[in-house]
Amino acid sequence: MMDLSFQQLLFYGFSSVLIMSALAVISSKNSVKAVLFLVLCFVAMAGLWMLLEAEFLAIALVLVYVGAVMVLFLFVVMMLDVDFAALKQGFNRRFGLLLVFAALVIWTLLKMIDLLPFEAESVPMPEPHSADYKNVSEIGAILYTDYVIAFELAAVILLVAMIAAISLTFRGKRERKSQDVAKQLKVSKSDRLKILKIDPVVVNQDAAKEGE
Amino acid sequence: MIALSDYLFVAALLFAIGIVGVMINRKNVITLLMSIELMLLAVNLNFIAFSRYLNDIHGQIFVFFILTVAAAEAAIGLAILVAIFRNRRTIEVESLNELKG
Repeated sequence: MMDLSFQQLLFYGFSSVLIMSALAVISSKNSVKAVLFLVLCFVAMAGLWMLLEAEFLAIALVLVYVGAVMVLFLFVVMMLDVDFAALKQGFNRRFGLLLVFAALVIWTLLKMIDLLPFEAESVPMPEPHSADYKNVSEIGAILYTDYVIAFELAAVILLVAMIAAISLTFRGKRERKSQDVAKQLKVSKSDRLKILKIDPVVVNQDAAKEGE
Repeated sequence: MIALSDYLFVAALLFAIGIVGVMINRKNVITLLMSIELMLLAVNLNFIAFSRYLNDIHGQIFVFFILTVAAAEAAIGLAILVAIFRNRRTIEVESLNELKG
């Protein structure tokens, strides 16, 4: 019997969960189920990243993706009153062709990995880090020095995304002062200017003198 | 022991599933967005696996930025989806075939 180390067991476990749930995501009839399978995908992927000793990113994946992005997906799926049964008609129209294409893609990728020297002999598995290794401070030391501009740009991208998402879906009254060029051009003199005929006022000269 | 190529196999499979998900799906935009997430996840796995096996932390920084951009993309994609659904009462991919200002 082939004996597996604990790490290998974890690797194969997480990988099979990952692939199975990814297949379920794309084939699920129900969008809510698909989103939940995608959550399972992310959790399994976080496990794989833990095995690769990328602790910070694994936790960020669970917190940011499972905690925020997937909840957003779930909200949208539940908020939209979509007729999912109608969405599934014509699902498998060119299924045979697609299977051929999928096999081709997978074969190409796997062949390429096979051709390039990535097997265990040429790229040995690195030694595990010592117990006092801190993944977060390693990342932080580079992120805030070499990549500080990219980091700030990422913050700007998030801000832009936030503004864009709000302005795309905002339905309240838009209270802003803006010019309407068409309206400005259509204005004619008669809309704005009114000439009134007023009789000249006659001042009583005697009364004015008495007042002094 | 786990070889680098094992991780690459998993990532390749996941990426292929993502591609098939985009193509198989003629109707539902939400599944389309989720397939894109799957493909991004596969790319991230590649980055982290190489980062670990080549002992270079820079790969993880890349994953960090990919996660940021993917989150922004998901937020805007879903906002567009909501806007489309409000205007047309459907999210079929095939019905979204005209541009109108």
